[in-house]
Amino acid sequence: MKPAGKTPEKVRHAALVGNPNSGKTTLFNALTGLRHKVANYPGVTVEKKEGRLDLPGGQEITLFDLPGTYSMHPQSPDEFLATEIMLGMSAHTPPPDLVVCAVDATNLERNLYLVTQLIDCHIPVVVALTMVDLARQQGTTVDARTLSRLLGCAVIPVVAHRGEGLDALREAVLNVAPPNGHALPWKLPEELQKEWDRVRDQLRDTYHLSVPAASHEATALLISPELIAQRVDRYDPAFVEQLRKNVQKLDFLGIDRQTAFVESRYAWIRDAVARTVHSPDRVRPSLTDRIDRIVTHRVWGFIIFLAIMALMFQSIFSWAIVPMEWIAGGFEALGQTIGGALPPGDLRDLLVDGALAGVAAVVTFLPQIMFLFFFLGLLEDSGYMARAAFIMDKLMSKVGLHGKSFIPLLGSFACAIPGIMATRTIENPKDRLATILVAPLMSCSARLPVYSLLIAAFIPSTMLFGIVSIQGLTLLSMYLFGMVMALLMAWLFKKTLLRGAPPLFIMELPAYKVPSLKTVLLQVWERALAFLKTAGTIILGVSILLWALASYPKLGDGASNADQLEHSYAGKAGQSIEPLIRPLGFDWKIGIGLISSLLQREAFVSAMATIYNVQSEDGTESELTLQEAMKLDRDPATGELTFTLLTAICLMVYYVLAMQCLSTVAIVRRETNGWKWPAFQIAYMTALAYGVTFLVYRGGLLLGWGT
Amino acid sequence: MPHATLLLNALSPGDTATITGLHGVHGLARQRLLEMGLMQGVRIRFVRRAPLGDPIEVRLMGYSLMLRDNVAGGISVLREGTK
Repeated sequence: MKPAGKTPEKVRHAALVGNPNSGKTTLFNALTGLRHKVANYPGVTVEKKEGRLDLPGGQEITLFDLPGTYSMHPQSPDEFLATEIMLGMSAHTPPPDLVVCAVDATNLERNLYLVTQLIDCHIPVVVALTMVDLARQQGTTVDARTLSRLLGCAVIPVVAHRGEGLDALREAVLNVAPPNGHALPWKLPEELQKEWDRVRDQLRDTYHLSVPAASHEATALLISPELIAQRVDRYDPAFVEQLRKNVQKLDFLGIDRQTAFVESRYAWIRDAVARTVHSPDRVRPSLTDRIDRIVTHRVWGFIIFLAIMALMFQSIFSWAIVPMEWIAGGFEALGQTIGGALPPGDLRDLLVDGALAGVAAVVTFLPQIMFLFFFLGLLEDSGYMARAAFIMDKLMSKVGLHGKSFIPLLGSFACAIPGIMATRTIENPKDRLATILVAPLMSCSARLPVYSLLIAAFIPSTMLFGIVSIQGLTLLSMYLFGMVMALLMAWLFKKTLLRGAPPLFIMELPAYKVPSLKTVLLQVWERALAFLKTAGTIILGVSILLWALASYPKLGDGASNADQLEHSYAGKAGQSIEPLIRPLGFDWKIGIGLISSLLQREAFVSAMATIYNVQSEDGTESELTLQEAMKLDRDPATGELTFTLLTAICLMVYYVLAMQCLSTVAIVRRETNGWKWPAFQIAYMTALAYGVTFLVYRGGLLLGWGT
Repeated sequence: MPHATLLLNALSPGDTATITGLHGVHGLARQRLLEMGLMQGVRIRFVRRAPLGDPIEVRLMGYSLMLRDNVAGGISVLREGTK
C-alpha cells in the first residue's frame, strides 16, 4: 500500500487538530506568533485560521488551525469541516502533508482516540503532548518515548505558554515519517477487519480514493448502513449489494459494528496508557472539583453566576462608555479639523457629516465589543463558560435552546453585535441560527437614549407606593419585554423553521485553569478586526447614502435645519410613509425619526433635535427643551398633540422590536454567510414591531389612553 | 444493595458504577457517546446534578462530562458503591 505521506522536503501544509480544550489554541498561537490570519471557510460559518510556521533550516510552512474535534465521525459543521480537511477532501484547503494532533496529557485516554483514527487513515501525524506541566502538578508522568513507539509516530511533550518543547515539535514536523505499513495495532473482530480491508481496498482501487479517504469511508460505511443508502449513486450496484450482504452477515454473527470500532481502539488505548502513564493512586478531590462544589451549588452557583454577569454587563454598559466617549470626541475633533480646513460646501458635508459620522458610529461600538470579548475570553479560557452552560441549560431548554445560548443573549443587552459574534461557541447550526435571529430583540445600549428621551418626556415621574419610580419601572419593562419576546421567538423558530431532532447535547467540563492573557487578548484583537472590516465597509457606504438623503435636494442658504430636513429626500420619505405608520399613531415627523435611525437607533434623538430645532450639543438644558418641544407639538391641521403618552409607549415598543441597526445586519450577514438570514430577520422583526405596536396602539385607544 | 442494575440518571451524587450498555441511545448520538468513552465496562461516577436538576455531571476516564437527564436515561449501569 502506498503511504499517503510525502517526503519531508515536500512538507508545505500542516493541520493542527485536537479535542476541544486540548490546549490547541495556545499551541497554535505559540507556534505561529501573531503571524496568522482569520477568515471564514466559504459556505459555512466556521472560522478559518492559518499561520506561518518556521521549521529548522529556514523552511516556512502554512499551519491550519482546525476547529476542535473529538472524532473523525463528525457531529457538527465544525467537526465535518475539520474531518474533510484532515482527509485532504476539502475543495478550498490544500490537503495537509501532515497533521499535528494536540493531546491533553491530563486526559490522555480520550484524547488518544482521535490519534488512533488519524493513524488508521494513514495520515502522517505528530502528537503534541500538551499540558504536561498540569499533569506533573497532579503527579502524573507520561512516558512519551514509549507512547511514541506504541503509536508509531513522534510524541513531543510541550508547555505551549512557556515555549517548552516547541523546537522539538518543529523538528518532528520537519522529519515526519509516513505511517508504516497497514497493520493496525488495534484488533477488530476478525470478520469485521476482513470486511473493512476489502471495502477500503476496493474504494481505493476501483473508485480511486486516496488512502486516507478510502480508510475513512470504509469505516463510515460499516458503522452506519444508512450511509450506504445515501450513496447508492456513487457506487455501482454490485459493490453496494456485496456490502449489504456482508453487513448482514456481520450482524448475524452478533458483531455490533458501531461498538466494535470504538471499543477495539479504546482497548488498545487503555493498554497503551497503562504502559506509559504513571499517576499516583490519588482519591483527593481535585481543585476543580472543590471549586465546582461552590460554583455549581444550588444557591452559591446562581449568586456567583449573577455576580459575574453583572460585572460583565457593568463593564460593557458603563466602563466601555469612557473609551467610547474618547473615540466620539476624537472623531468630533477630527471633523472640526477637516471642517475648518475645507471650504463650506458639499464636499465638506460629505466628508464630515456623511463619511466621518458614519465611521464614527461604527468605531464607537468597538470598546463594547472588545470589553465583551475580553470577558468572554476569560470565562471561556478559565473553564467557567462550561459551568455557566451547566447552570443555565435547564432554563434554556424550555425554549428549545441549550445553555450555551444564554451568554450571547445576555451580551446582546449591551450590543447585539458582540452577542451575535459570540454565538460561535454554539455547535448546533440550528440553535446558533435561532440565537442569532432573536439576539437583536434584547434591548441594546443604543436603545437607551431613545427610551430615556421618551420616558423623561412622557412618563410621569411619580412614585408608586412611594418608593418605586414609574419611570424606572417603564424602563425595566422595556428590557423585560424584549427578553420575553426573544425567548418566545426562539421557541417559535425552533418549533417551526429550525425544527429538527434535538441534537445530542453533551459538553465537557474542563478543569479550571488560569486563563492565558495572550490567548484572550489575541481573540479580542481578532474579533475587533473582523468587526471593523465587515461592518465598516457596509456602514461607510450606507451612512453616506443616508447623509445624502437627508441633505438633498438643497434649499437656499437661509433655510433652517428643520426646513432642510423636512424638504430633503429623507423628509419626503418620512411624509410618504405616513399613511403606513398612521395606524401606529405615528406622524411624518416620527417617520423621519424612524428613517434616520435605520443606521443606528440613537439617531432618532438627533433627528428629533433637528426637527424641533434644538441643538443637542448643549447638554441637559437643551434636552429639556427638546422634551418640552415634543410635548407641546401639535398637528397644525387637527390641533392634536403629536406625542401622547400612548404614542410614546408605542414608539418604545416599536424600538424594542424593530431591527434598526445596520451594523447588526452586516454582522448577521457575515456570520450566516449570505443575505438570506439577515433579510429574513429584518422582515420578521419589522413585521413583529409593526404588528405588536399596532395592537398596543389600538388597545390603548380602546382604553381611552389616546389623549 | 451495593450492586444493582439501574439507568445512569437514577444514580445519586457520589455513586460509582460500571456501564453495562447504551440501550436507549441510537445512531449518531450513540456513536458520539461511545467515542466519548461511554461504553460497556467503563467505570463512571455520578458527580452532581445542575442546580435546576438537569443536566448531570459525570466523571469517566479522568474527565468530566455533562449530559442531559434524558440521554443518561438511555445508559444502563451497574452500581458499585458510593463515596
